[in-house]
Amino acid sequence: MNKIGSLLSPPPWTPRLWQIMLLPSPFILALLGALGITTLVMLIAGVSPLAVYQILFFGAFSTPVRFGDMVMLATPLILCASGLTLTFAAGLYNLGVEGQVVLGAIAAMIPLRLFPELPTPLLWTLSLSCAACGGACWALLAASLRLGARVSEIFAGLGLNFLASGLALYLILGPWRRSGAAAASGTALLPRDIWLPTLEGLRLAPLAPIIALLGLGLVWWVLSRTRWGLEVRAVGINPNAADRLGVAATWRIAQAMAGCGALAGIAGGLQIIAVFHQLIPNISSGVGLLGLLVVLLVLARPVWVLPVSIIFASFTVGSVQLPLALGVDSSIAGVLQGALVLSALLARGVRRERAQRI
Amino acid sequence: MDQLTRDLASVLAAAAPLIFATMGALICERAGVINLSLDGTILMGAMAGFSLALAVNSVPLGFVTAALVGACFALVLCFLSLSLGQSQTAVGFVLALLGTELSSFLGAPVVRVPGPSVPFMPIPILSEIPIIGVMLFRHDLLIYASFLLVPLTWWFLFRTRSGLTLRALGERPEAAFARGINVTRWRYMACIVGGMLVGIAGAAYSLDLKQGWSYRHTFGMGWIALAIVIFGGWRPWRVALGCYLFAALEILALRSQGTLRTIPTQVFQVAPFVLMILVLALVNLIASPTMRRRIASLPKPLQSPVAAIVNRIAAPAPAALGKPFERP
Repeated sequence: MNKIGSLLSPPPWTPRLWQIMLLPSPFILALLGALGITTLVMLIAGVSPLAVYQILFFGAFSTPVRFGDMVMLATPLILCASGLTLTFAAGLYNLGVEGQVVLGAIAAMIPLRLFPELPTPLLWTLSLSCAACGGACWALLAASLRLGARVSEIFAGLGLNFLASGLALYLILGPWRRSGAAAASGTALLPRDIWLPTLEGLRLAPLAPIIALLGLGLVWWVLSRTRWGLEVRAVGINPNAADRLGVAATWRIAQAMAGCGALAGIAGGLQIIAVFHQLIPNISSGVGLLGLLVVLLVLARPVWVLPVSIIFASFTVGSVQLPLALGVDSSIAGVLQGALVLSALLARGVRRERAQRI
Repeated sequence: MDQLTRDLASVLAAAAPLIFATMGALICERAGVINLSLDGTILMGAMAGFSLALAVNSVPLGFVTAALVGACFALVLCFLSLSLGQSQTAVGFVLALLGTELSSFLGAPVVRVPGPSVPFMPIPILSEIPIIGVMLFRHDLLIYASFLLVPLTWWFLFRTRSGLTLRALGERPEAAFARGINVTRWRYMACIVGGMLVGIAGAAYSLDLKQGWSYRHTFGMGWIALAIVIFGGWRPWRVALGCYLFAALEILALRSQGTLRTIPTQVFQVAPFVLMILVLALVNLIASPTMRRRIASLPKPLQSPVAAIVNRIAAPAPAALGKPFERP
């Protein structure tokens, strides 16, 4: 609307409180949209939505064991999402995060196989440091493809994901093969005394979520309280302008990628020493891509990563019971997660349109 | 010799779904919209096409359904990114994941159920020609269609008025707008047509080349199709060449499984994906500004032939690809 038009138009309508309450906020709109899509899908498939929702929402909190599983799934999710917050701040879509998790897991296996008799705290530290290095190296490979050869980080990352899973399979079937039966299911289980200690009767290793929270806290602090974080965000908004202002954009991009790779690598390392205790082909369990969804949903704000990761993890853990309890495929959790992000994008778009109209 | 001819024929067949997917993506990207949802759309097209073909026992209806599903995904992408101003990358990525999960969920009842498929249809007289007949004319309708699709896309993009308009949307939408073209509406149309082709690519797997449906039936093909479009420099013939090269690599991996037993099969399966990225890097390196400076410092008589070769290999992306269009 032009200037004269806006002068002639009546003063803006001011809503009353009850009208504000009734106006759908973007958050409510996103939630309703997601529930609408998911319910529709369930009705098409001919299953009862209420029973499924009950298991999806509350299944993860029904028993202590399931709660423990949920925490152990939220752990790598938080680590990946906080790493991705860094790369999103730098304006990158780091789709290679899956491969970085796998490489972290592979690197974590090396000290565990070489020096299993070291004192355990030292061994764990060594293993997780290796995991961080492995993930960071893999991320730097994607970063150098992008910065050196101008291959979009999306495609470089995807290619490296396939390469990483090929490498893991090669190790499982080749050099690290389990003695006896040659199984594609995974390497031999690690000795029990080098597993990260778990709570009595649960699969919950308390150290793992603590490490994840430290990682998240670090990312929050770095992004919002340091000059480096400010520079990374400046690069994300406009790399050319940042470059003119004396920020080494290339370096910041590479560093953000390496930081994300290190956090994803630690997630992979924790999958080894705290969850699976062996290298399996699907070691990342899709946690990297789920982390991308989390970050897209929260617009890369670190404070929101924690609650959303927990909610997403509880959907996934809850859905595991679906095939047995109701004979429903568990991928409905993924549908709900995807629908949430899609309708959040929709709600943001609607709000943007409204803001432009006024 | 016979074996080689038959292998070449199977390469031509194996590339058919990729041809559909890449031509769909190409049309969309030439109009300036990056459709990252390819992988999810292909899976949904495969699942929906197969389910419906199974339910009504009609293969053509299966393809129609797949095309409609592809169009729906493209429509969602367009609405969120073109009308509501969200990032095309973000929307496409979410749709890719959503399509993957949705196909697993809705396709669960038809996993490993035998169903109808496209009937084999050799062309009567032409298929009797010694080598070419076996290679080109002993396939089914879908694969003949894939042969026709590439020249058709090329003709549309580079020889028609509409194709010119469409390419203008990808290069300089402001200029197209100034000429009185409704940029958003054109982009919608390009995306929906492209999305239909991508959906058909999915059904090409489930109803023809990899018959039936299973969990993540065509896993990764959408991402590969996107990479091939970049590899092909957004030009139909080169993109098609990329598809055939990729299919040849796959067939090669399949054939060498028996002879090279020491290497696990999974390593062969990821090799084409990795090779694709390496080629991408190489092509981009050849096209880099540093390379141009090197060419400029070459002795005079060499300069123009070398530059011509580099220009042939390097192909820039449409200038407005992925960028939102704001009305001036």
